[in-house]
Amino acid sequence: MTPERITGRLLLAGSAEGEVLALSEPLSLWGGLDPSTGVIIDRQHPQVGQSVAGKIVAMPGSRGSSGTPGVLGEALRCGMGPRALVLTKGDFNLVAGAMVAETLYGTSCPIVVVEPDVLDALETGSMVLVGE
Amino acid sequence: MKLTDHEAALLAGDLGKAHQLAMRLMVATGEATGATSFVDIEFAHINSCHYSGQLSVDFAEFLLEAGADLAVPTHTNASLIDCHQPNLRPAEQSPDAVTGALRLMEIYEELGCSSMWSCAPYQHDEGRPSFGQQIVGSESNAVSFFNSALGARTNKYGDMLDVSAAIVGRVPLAGLHTDEGRLGTQIFRLDLADSAFDDPVLPHVLGIVLGQQAGTSVPVVDGLPSATEDDLKAIAAAAATSGAVEMFHVVGVTPEAPTLADATGGRNVKTTRVDATVLDGALKALSAKTSGSLDAVCLGTPHFSITEFASLRDALGNRKVDPSVNVLVTTSRAVRAELQLRGWEEELVNAGVQLVLDTCTYYPPQAVGVAGTVMTNSAKWAYYAPGMLDIDVAFGGLIDCVESAIEGEIVLGVGR
Repeated sequence: MTPERITGRLLLAGSAEGEVLALSEPLSLWGGLDPSTGVIIDRQHPQVGQSVAGKIVAMPGSRGSSGTPGVLGEALRCGMGPRALVLTKGDFNLVAGAMVAETLYGTSCPIVVVEPDVLDALETGSMVLVGE
Repeated sequence: MKLTDHEAALLAGDLGKAHQLAMRLMVATGEATGATSFVDIEFAHINSCHYSGQLSVDFAEFLLEAGADLAVPTHTNASLIDCHQPNLRPAEQSPDAVTGALRLMEIYEELGCSSMWSCAPYQHDEGRPSFGQQIVGSESNAVSFFNSALGARTNKYGDMLDVSAAIVGRVPLAGLHTDEGRLGTQIFRLDLADSAFDDPVLPHVLGIVLGQQAGTSVPVVDGLPSATEDDLKAIAAAAATSGAVEMFHVVGVTPEAPTLADATGGRNVKTTRVDATVLDGALKALSAKTSGSLDAVCLGTPHFSITEFASLRDALGNRKVDPSVNVLVTTSRAVRAELQLRGWEEELVNAGVQLVLDTCTYYPPQAVGVAGTVMTNSAKWAYYAPGMLDIDVAFGGLIDCVESAIEGEIVLGVGR
């Protein structure tokens, strides 16, 4: 199967190919994601129990705390972070976490902003290509 | 973004790797928010100094090694550690977190931060920005208090972004840094009996409702006749806990809302009615337990002010708390110094009250003495703690908390 290419505004450069995990609601990373496993632990979140590790995570954005960059960066440090993020709005906390992890540890997690209908069309399990 | 020569030099790495990464983060923030230029800041209160995993330590070590310095007075948010009582979170139980948190405290002091270690810096002159100042905040209650109660201007900057802004001394001009971004966009009209305004839990519960119903709007509370700074602290903390409120107005109380029209810029915005039923629903959701035995009482989230300590003293009278109940009050070093000056610390300790400095009691790893059924007067504590610690919460006003601590079991409504 040829992966579908996602086009949008790249907030953090890079390229990634992989399987989509589509989140139906914004995720609060601090208290909502275990960075050592990549598993969503927020009991209020519809995709609780699923892992973001190695996935191209499509979600409307992040929610909540100023801990967001640290948790994303820590997950990437542990090798349990997403392969790329597809969002519908610019989210500087996510960009910060991915950019710092890239600088300190050489990880990669491109971030792309797309129109809401593009996000809605992404289904968990489908293969996509993000970035350059 | 349009960069000045100095900003371009920072981005090119002319001032070193720390300034370069900080500037890259600020430019990315600008691009994400659609800003076209930067604005100088005069003050920062940062959360990067709070341990959240090895990354937070590695990032701080990177800044230190790369020779980072701070362009503006920068104050530290609460830590995991109470430096005066290291046994509150014993190192042997969670070595990585305790060692990491201590190292972070050292690094941020070495970088030149003032050792505030408080989530309520605004209770002290040096941690209190002035009206109209462009600043950087990170801790959610402080961001909302700076914006709402003081009229200083900040968005909520996540970890690493906050100290980056302090290093480069600027942030993208966007959101709550602009006049337009500060206007109220949703009115919350209180429809309550006069007696409701005497209830000490009202600001906390109202804050929870604002957070739940405001989404990303700037809420305007209409119909609250008065609010003390402690009340505004409670609203700020609760609304940033149940939701994402970074600024609110209270008509006739907060500085940018002398009238409703001032708060909204005269525009017609959505109005949401808040009545006793709505508040009661939010109150009930905060309290898993309303009777039965009690193991601990946690006060001071955000950090207890000197006026709150005065109320605590009044509520205690000359009585002692039941020895089976651990009463912990979190506050800052600066407020503790004032307690000592007034001779109140000794009185409180004799009454069975334990002061906790520099940290908070709801953060994991679990603090010693915080277990079983725990009562609090803080909606923020009541909201977060059950998910973070293995405990049951009882929520009530300060007088209820004190009476329950003295009785050794939950009693509600004594002070009403």
